[in-house]
Amino acid sequence: MKKPRFTWRRKDLLGIEELSADEILHILDTAAAFKQVGERHIKKVPSLRGKTLVNLFIEPSTRTRTSFELAAKRLSADVVNITATASSLVKGETLKDTARNLEALRTDIIVIRHSAAGAPHFLAQRVKASIVNAGDGAHEHPTQALLDAFTIREKKGAIAGLNITILGDILYSRVARSNIWLLTKLGARVTLAGPSTLVPRVFEQLGCRVTYDLDEAIRDADVINLLRIQHERQRKTMFPSIGEYTAMFGLNKERFARTKPDALIMHPGPINRGVEIDSDIADCGRSVILEQVTNGLAVRMAVLYLCVGGQSA
Amino acid sequence: MNATSIMDAVAIERALTRMAHEIVEGNPQTDTLVFVGLRTHGAPLARRLAAKVGEIIGRELPSGELDITMHRDDLDLRETPPAVGPSHIPFDVTDKTVVLVDDVLFTGRSIRAAMDELSDFGRPRCIRLAVLVDRGHRELPIRPDYVGKNLPTARTERVRVSLAETDGKDEVLIEK
Repeated sequence: MKKPRFTWRRKDLLGIEELSADEILHILDTAAAFKQVGERHIKKVPSLRGKTLVNLFIEPSTRTRTSFELAAKRLSADVVNITATASSLVKGETLKDTARNLEALRTDIIVIRHSAAGAPHFLAQRVKASIVNAGDGAHEHPTQALLDAFTIREKKGAIAGLNITILGDILYSRVARSNIWLLTKLGARVTLAGPSTLVPRVFEQLGCRVTYDLDEAIRDADVINLLRIQHERQRKTMFPSIGEYTAMFGLNKERFARTKPDALIMHPGPINRGVEIDSDIADCGRSVILEQVTNGLAVRMAVLYLCVGGQSA
Repeated sequence: MNATSIMDAVAIERALTRMAHEIVEGNPQTDTLVFVGLRTHGAPLARRLAAKVGEIIGRELPSGELDITMHRDDLDLRETPPAVGPSHIPFDVTDKTVVLVDDVLFTGRSIRAAMDELSDFGRPRCIRLAVLVDRGHRELPIRPDYVGKNLPTARTERVRVSLAETDGKDEVLIEK
């Protein structure tokens, strides 16, 4: 038996903020083992056989929901998907009652995405099932940060000591918050860059650097993580136009040429080609955008395995 | 705790050499032989057996390792989730004679999990089982084909195998 780095004792994954560096590394090590399952002839293991997982997505999502569904199925769990429009929430049922009904059906895991920050924490205190946060408002998206870290570690060997730049919409981004907590806990130097309206200085309190000089932000970066500009909700107020954002902060060929020759290009998706990233750069050899998707599956398998295993702890 | 030495380095070496000869005798078609060890202690034993059989037949034989944690049937019974590690089988097992290797054969549940997992990698022609120590108390209809030492034990006793590769020295202890 390999000496475990750490003994996992949580039934829920609510956020990165409350995790220790050891817990984060334990998830990443576990994910490495589950990634290898995807390379087998039969890509399925019986670890969660007989368990039931509910994907409770009150906010729309395709890739995260699909990734959790596939992760659960590869662990042999049964999966039920519930979306806001198809649930009794539109009939006035409260979130707590929805969850208690799911529990009465002997659900073992509830994966929840909700527009309200703290919704997963609210549920975790009230139901026995494991709660996994798949994004709560602008607060946290822990599995995205874990899959980003897994990808960086796989490519760069370690995270400590790296210069990591997160570029774009930081203010509204749960991905940014979870990434900042995770990367600083593991000893990376995190730089945030973008328009001052979307990257307020207050983020320096989380232990990272804020700059509005894009060239300076990407020059020494080992990793550049581009966040999607959510123009459906910001365009009118946060910056003058998409065209101006692209001109000021888009990763174009000219800027790309000034990055370190081994700098990784990451993006949580969906990408807006020609807005935050030049189309050719999104497809280049240093872009790991699709590997992030593959790794997301392994990370989510690891999280589900650990949370179910931690239920009796 | 009262620990008694059952096998030393010489005894382990001798047992493995004898098992290697038995494997060659039992499998005249040595071109399909591959070795797969259960992590942690079965893996180095599989490498040693592969090397010994390879020496006898004059050809290198491949060996891999299996981590059976994902295939265990006791996740619910444990307080915390056991750590999982990667399996590494750098060859196709389909149509091969796979010799599964473990250090101690006890209830047989690990071997059941290993056979399940092995079939996720392909469809072997047959699977054989080689263990350094058979201590009895089977809970499943599984029996070894090659045994280093048959060791009658009480259920409460512990058999502890140390190997040079993982623990710095070769030794089999029984703890009462």
